[in-house]
Amino acid sequence: MSYEPGAQKIKLPETEEGTVLFNVDPIIIKHHYEIDYIHSYAQDSPFFAGLTKKKLLGSQCTQCNYKFATPRSHCMECGAKTEWFELPLEGKIHTWTTCYFGSEEFLKETPFTLILVEFEGVNTLFLSRLVGVEPGKAKIGMRVKAQFLRNCKFKPTDVYFVPA
Amino acid sequence: MVSGGITKFAKAHPDMDFRYMVKQAFDYAMNDVPNLTRDMIDGSVASYFSDHFTRQLKAASMVQDYLGLCPKPSKRIEGGGATGGLCFQAAWEAIASGRMNVCVAFGFETMSRVSTWKGNEFIAHASDTNFDYPVGGFYTGYYAMMVRRHMHEFGTTVEQMAMVSIKNHGNALYNPYAQSPMKLTIEDVRNSPMVADPLTMLDICTMSDGAAVCILASEEMAARLTDKPVKIIGIGAGTDSMRMADRPHGKVILLPHESESDYKNLKYPGVHSFRGGRMAAKQAYEMAGITNPLEELDFVELHDAYTSSEIQTYEDLGLCKYGEGGPFIEAGHSTLTGKIPVNPSGGLLACGHPVGATGLMQAVFAFWQLQGTIQKHLGNDHLQIKNARRGLIHSHAGTGTYITVSILEAV
Repeated sequence: MSYEPGAQKIKLPETEEGTVLFNVDPIIIKHHYEIDYIHSYAQDSPFFAGLTKKKLLGSQCTQCNYKFATPRSHCMECGAKTEWFELPLEGKIHTWTTCYFGSEEFLKETPFTLILVEFEGVNTLFLSRLVGVEPGKAKIGMRVKAQFLRNCKFKPTDVYFVPA
Repeated sequence: MVSGGITKFAKAHPDMDFRYMVKQAFDYAMNDVPNLTRDMIDGSVASYFSDHFTRQLKAASMVQDYLGLCPKPSKRIEGGGATGGLCFQAAWEAIASGRMNVCVAFGFETMSRVSTWKGNEFIAHASDTNFDYPVGGFYTGYYAMMVRRHMHEFGTTVEQMAMVSIKNHGNALYNPYAQSPMKLTIEDVRNSPMVADPLTMLDICTMSDGAAVCILASEEMAARLTDKPVKIIGIGAGTDSMRMADRPHGKVILLPHESESDYKNLKYPGVHSFRGGRMAAKQAYEMAGITNPLEELDFVELHDAYTSSEIQTYEDLGLCKYGEGGPFIEAGHSTLTGKIPVNPSGGLLACGHPVGATGLMQAVFAFWQLQGTIQKHLGNDHLQIKNARRGLIHSHAGTGTYITVSILEAV
């Protein structure tokens, strides 16, 4: 391809956009990145549908009867298919923490209290938030009950726990 | 193992990208074994955790070419916080299988590229993003819940946790590679800002930029390269469920010096202990022929991302029984002059935790200890464990999902 010096200049259109510069030696710039995913809850979908009906669905193994407090369509113990069962809406705090800092997404919600809930007759635990107790004042063994958002967001935070 | 190198771990290294950081550690390691030339290297294994932090897929390819190792074989290993430990073992596998005579394990992380809280968000994406992350995904919160249960089961105290922080930050005063050497008191630790009850800022490791390199070789090649090689005599790894809520409440996996009657009323692992760590230790001890780790090991470099996890890990490794981790630090057994120094380097708490580099950094410190070359590499011999014959390194991923244990021995 031939290029002729002095030939017509080709200009790109100019924009108002610039670069955020933090430093020049070395050069440090702001680089933006974000994305929306098309996300399927797949086989766990009934759990989220359950939340819209104010139900907590766990998974019970059809072979060994192990009861998981979380969605798990195959048993972690024996590998067999599980079926959905309704968890009790009341349980006890197995452990807890109050977060005063957090991931950027949740910083504005601090302080918030996380709990693992144990349910009578269920083999595993359930992670949720505890509401209605002062930060740092939860107790292991405290009785708690589930409450549900009126308008579902199809997130595990559609359910939260309060003192029973 | 025939050589190692580390960059200084720091909050940020804006002057070097990840390629240059690894190059610095690689050159250090190469200079330490002058008999080794680049053409003798058969390939590499790469260790870095997060594509979010790098904002660059296939970053390891860029390191491979930067080091001049193309077209030799290479692959990336990723396993959360245990990435470095897994990479070390992958390099060992390459040698042990006979595929390679010399293998370079390199690791790095560049965590300074986002704010601390965005970084925590990236890391929290290593928890289940359907069920755990959206509830308030925050690793310090998860570990806080784990140690809260440990305190409930065994009576572990926040003061005992603070003692781990004091020990590790104090050891780092003599480690020029460390990011946060500090002389601390229990009050300092407890009065630092509460992050997730009961863990304060000084109970938690920091984010870092850094790189580390280990060079492994077959026995025959090692003998040609150095008169101070270190032998890898035990390898073990374990796992646990991604959601800690799913962990069973069953029986303890016993080590030779324990019996079932020790744990009559203990439901295991629950969320108070790391079953994967116990599994890893058991395998590594069996391979190395170790039956009483406290007596048969001279030091341990373990994954103390939190003071609490160091205490929990004493127990997983069988340095004491389950439930005795708190009294173990309180009695000073894990200090430099104790029965078994733990994290003489300063650990993650004080060295920093550039994830992909961390497990390899532990291997390098253990290597220098066993060579007896701490003075040479750190510029002082305060941290040199006298007559160190055997050391254990332990690498750990989010809430104990992947854990590795490797045992090294002086030759």
